Amino acid sequence: MSVPAPLDPSKSFQGLILTLQNFWASKGCVILQPYDMEVGAGTFHPATTLRALGPKAWNAAYVQPSRRPKDGRYGENPNRFQHYYQYQVILKPSPPDLQELYLESLYAIGIDPALHDLRFVEDDWESPTLGAWGLGWECWCDGMEVSQFTYFQQVAGQECAPVAGELTYGLERLAMYLQGVDNGFELNFNGLEGEARVTYGDVFRQAEEEYSRHNFEYADTEKLFDDFKNAEKECLALLKAGERAEGERHRQVLPAYDQCIKASHAFNLLDARGVISVTERQSYILRVRELAKACGAAWVKTEAGGA
Amino acid sequence: MPDLLLELLSEEIPARMQRQAAEDLKKLVTGALVDRGLTYEGARAFATPRRLALTIVGLPSRQPDTREEKKGPRISAPEAARLGFLKSIGVPESEFHRFDLYEGHSIALPERGLSVEVRGSGKDATAFALIEREGIETLALLAEILPGIIRTFPWPKSMRWGAASASPGSLRWVRPLRSILATFGAETEDTEIVPFEVDGLKAGNVTYGHRFMAPGEIRVRRFDDYVSKLEAAKVVLDADRRKEIIRADAQNLAFAQGLELVEDEGLLEEVAGLVEWPVVLMGSFEEAFLDVPGEVIRATIRANQKCFVLRKAASPLGGEGGAERRERGQENGLANRFLLTANIEAKDGGTIIIGGNERVIRARLSDAKFFWETDKRVWAEDRDFKRLEKFKNVTFHEKLGSQWDRIERIRALAKELCKVTGADPAEVDLAARICKADLLTEVVGEFPEVQGFMGRVYATLFEKELGISPSVAAACEEHYKPIGPNDRVPTDKVSVTVALADKLDTLVGFWAIDEKPTGSKDPFALRRAALGVIRLVVENGLRVGLLRISDAHQSEVVQSILAIPSKEPGLKVRGFLRGVDKQFDVDTRTVDLLSFFHDRLKVMLRDSGARHDLVDAVLANGESNDDLLLVVRRVEALGKFLDTEDGKNLLAGYKRAANLLRDEEKKAKKTDETEGAFEAAADPTLLKEESEKALHAALSRAGEAVMVALEKPDFEAAMRAMASLRGPVDAFFDAVMVNADDPAIRKNRLALLATLRRVTRQVADFSKIAG
Repeated sequence: MSVPAPLDPSKSFQGLILTLQNFWASKGCVILQPYDMEVGAGTFHPATTLRALGPKAWNAAYVQPSRRPKDGRYGENPNRFQHYYQYQVILKPSPPDLQELYLESLYAIGIDPALHDLRFVEDDWESPTLGAWGLGWECWCDGMEVSQFTYFQQVAGQECAPVAGELTYGLERLAMYLQGVDNGFELNFNGLEGEARVTYGDVFRQAEEEYSRHNFEYADTEKLFDDFKNAEKECLALLKAGERAEGERHRQVLPAYDQCIKASHAFNLLDARGVISVTERQSYILRVRELAKACGAAWVKTEAGGA
Repeated sequence: MPDLLLELLSEEIPARMQRQAAEDLKKLVTGALVDRGLTYEGARAFATPRRLALTIVGLPSRQPDTREEKKGPRISAPEAARLGFLKSIGVPESEFHRFDLYEGHSIALPERGLSVEVRGSGKDATAFALIEREGIETLALLAEILPGIIRTFPWPKSMRWGAASASPGSLRWVRPLRSILATFGAETEDTEIVPFEVDGLKAGNVTYGHRFMAPGEIRVRRFDDYVSKLEAAKVVLDADRRKEIIRADAQNLAFAQGLELVEDEGLLEEVAGLVEWPVVLMGSFEEAFLDVPGEVIRATIRANQKCFVLRKAASPLGGEGGAERRERGQENGLANRFLLTANIEAKDGGTIIIGGNERVIRARLSDAKFFWETDKRVWAEDRDFKRLEKFKNVTFHEKLGSQWDRIERIRALAKELCKVTGADPAEVDLAARICKADLLTEVVGEFPEVQGFMGRVYATLFEKELGISPSVAAACEEHYKPIGPNDRVPTDKVSVTVALADKLDTLVGFWAIDEKPTGSKDPFALRRAALGVIRLVVENGLRVGLLRISDAHQSEVVQSILAIPSKEPGLKVRGFLRGVDKQFDVDTRTVDLLSFFHDRLKVMLRDSGARHDLVDAVLANGESNDDLLLVVRRVEALGKFLDTEDGKNLLAGYKRAANLLRDEEKKAKKTDETEGAFEAAADPTLLKEESEKALHAALSRAGEAVMVALEKPDFEAAMRAMASLRGPVDAFFDAVMVNADDPAIRKNRLALLATLRRVTRQVADFSKIAG
């Protein structure tokens, strides 16, 4: 069976994404689009953070552009970007064959278990900002970490009941491996050759350069401190406004959670700008966590949260 | 005799937990069986990344019947006691009315294997219960105990999963538990499945082979065919065998290339826990990466890739200055090869797997090389170590200030300690100032385990440019030493001085803020630091007055704490200090720290085979004993002395004297005399017998000699002086009746014995010595 290069996971970046989309769609996942805000990881998408809570079944998959301002390297490091893609799958409750499903998804993108050394290596996942933790593994293919596999135990300060399974694929790294490329900017994005070939660098190198300057040099720290404070204030105000009497549903969680995401991104930028001291850092993380926890507590009082 | 086979198959178990988990499983199951009266011939437990397995051989097929007699209360006892007894032996409340207890009466509840009878008569009439229990089938018993063991298994960290996790109390395991195999039966017969179920998982006689190479079902009867069928399905059950396979294959592959495996037991243990079917493969990386220090290459490849590194096999001629280079921390000698352990026999013989691992290692080493080059540039450019100012922003401990504060304290203390160690103060000060500089390097930031080592490497590299002597460079590494009881103790004076200052500052600091180790909790490794101080002092023969030094440094620490700026209200430093202002008692804390040193010293001496009681005896001699070298020397001398005939006899004589004194002191107390009733010097005019005169003379000679010897200090001489007492003491007890009729003479003789006690106590409290 041959697939045209623009759709081939081993020949194009987009082919990898499309193959994963098709795979998880065929397994019954809701295929969502990226959340339209700046987040540090696919876990921040409300389809994971909030939907992981409450008793209702929920299976979804999506690509999430993720921003880690501190990881910027001005486009000079072929392996480290301040903006990259994660492929995120969340399955609640975690199905009994989740490991097999995950391995099947690797076969789908062309990783043959008879040729490759696939391993589940202990990795306990924790997100201090989200008040979340879980147990699972780093998934290795020939010594390279290609995914994170986590059974969520707690998210936004709430016990997960039932537990959701989360899979996160690092798309650039996986694509580099599949395409046999050492430099991320040289990934073939569209699978075409010659004039028509578009690389990852064509799409993102300039952005890496500009955002690195922004994250490390130009971002207005005064404004960011204000952003943080305002988002924190707004988040708590919205949660308060949406609160109803005992036993009644909460009416204002998703917009409040957006503010939590905003605060988190403002903090990440401030951190990259180097204006937060070690001790302050801890207290900012705690403040974001408090917001996430408040949103989690409110979410379980909504319809989707099972109330 | 039947055997049990139990296997718990799960998703991948963290490598570091496997061995302990197998042991726990064995302990819990055998323990539960023994508690229920079952014996067994042997038990072995195993672990792979996906399974815990246990085999117990030689179990009885039935639990033995038991008969137990229990004595109850007298029948005249209050009702509550009588009813309590009935309840305790298992009589249901609804049956209490049948259990009237009166003389000669007996009642039985055969369905419960219970009977109660009243024995004796009158006041002594007492209830006795006889509890007979028929043993049950071992199979049923196993079905009863295994679910509880699985439910309460002591994983360091466990989790919930799947639909069941919606309800509270669902099964927890280290990762999802997938299947249970449990068979029971005699060697010659078919086995039976132990009938139990945990959260919907029903025990069976089925397991599964290697995840990729033989994932199908395997039906198992007992341990023998279990092991061989697993092996056929590409699973090596025994972790030690997997280790041996990896080690042997690794050595062979290395040998074939003229290389040597860099042995790494910890890594081997971990890798054996990551594979069920080990396949060792060799990969390579570019020669150019060998510019990076070998330790860094090793740390990179080990920590991130769990691969072994290789060195060029030692040439029989020894090479040019290899040992010397090694001593200076410059040895590289690594080959541009590594060994990985895959979990499959790949169709292509492993080419793709090797290629993938090489790519990752290349990327990692590029990073390492970049860090190494960056660090070298910084060391070459910032020759005045201006970058150390960055330590002002690095918190060492919330209450003990920044890393900068700490380095300043270490410098001050190291300067003081030069007087004791005889090290050059200028060298020591430079070493103390730059010994933590490598914490600011990129390499150490990435690989914390090479801290110290890298400090030495960089310092050595820039010896000339920066005017750093080899001693100072060595101290950058060695001031952390000794790490643990088996680590080497530095001998270079500069290293010794800074190492002592580093550890003493840590100890005094944490004592000042009252963060002492408790029970198993020692987050700041203070026990290790104290042991380090002891070994540095003892093995280098240093006379350190710990009380004075610690006390003086305590003030330094307090000054340093007071200077911590408290711009953050949340930090509570001020609140903490308010407490200090009022209650801080330097003296008590220093004394408390000294007794911590004494405890560690005891542990150390005991571990090295010294007699625990001798340490106690020496420490109880009434002195402060803050010179640990002298304590150790004294223990050694005392031990030797007590091994001699003179020593043994003197100890016996001492014990006799001490016992007599103790009895007489007790009596004296009753008659309102004070405890030290016999401490007054003996009156020479009341000495009647020759042997008591001789003892008196010997005691004053020996007492004087011991005192002089201890002041020198010359413990051998002190022991010789003690030995001279043996004859007179023996002769005294042979010839003299201590409890003479004349109370004055009796008292005088007891005073003589009290003098013996005082003389020996200069060396040690002999009453603490066993034997």
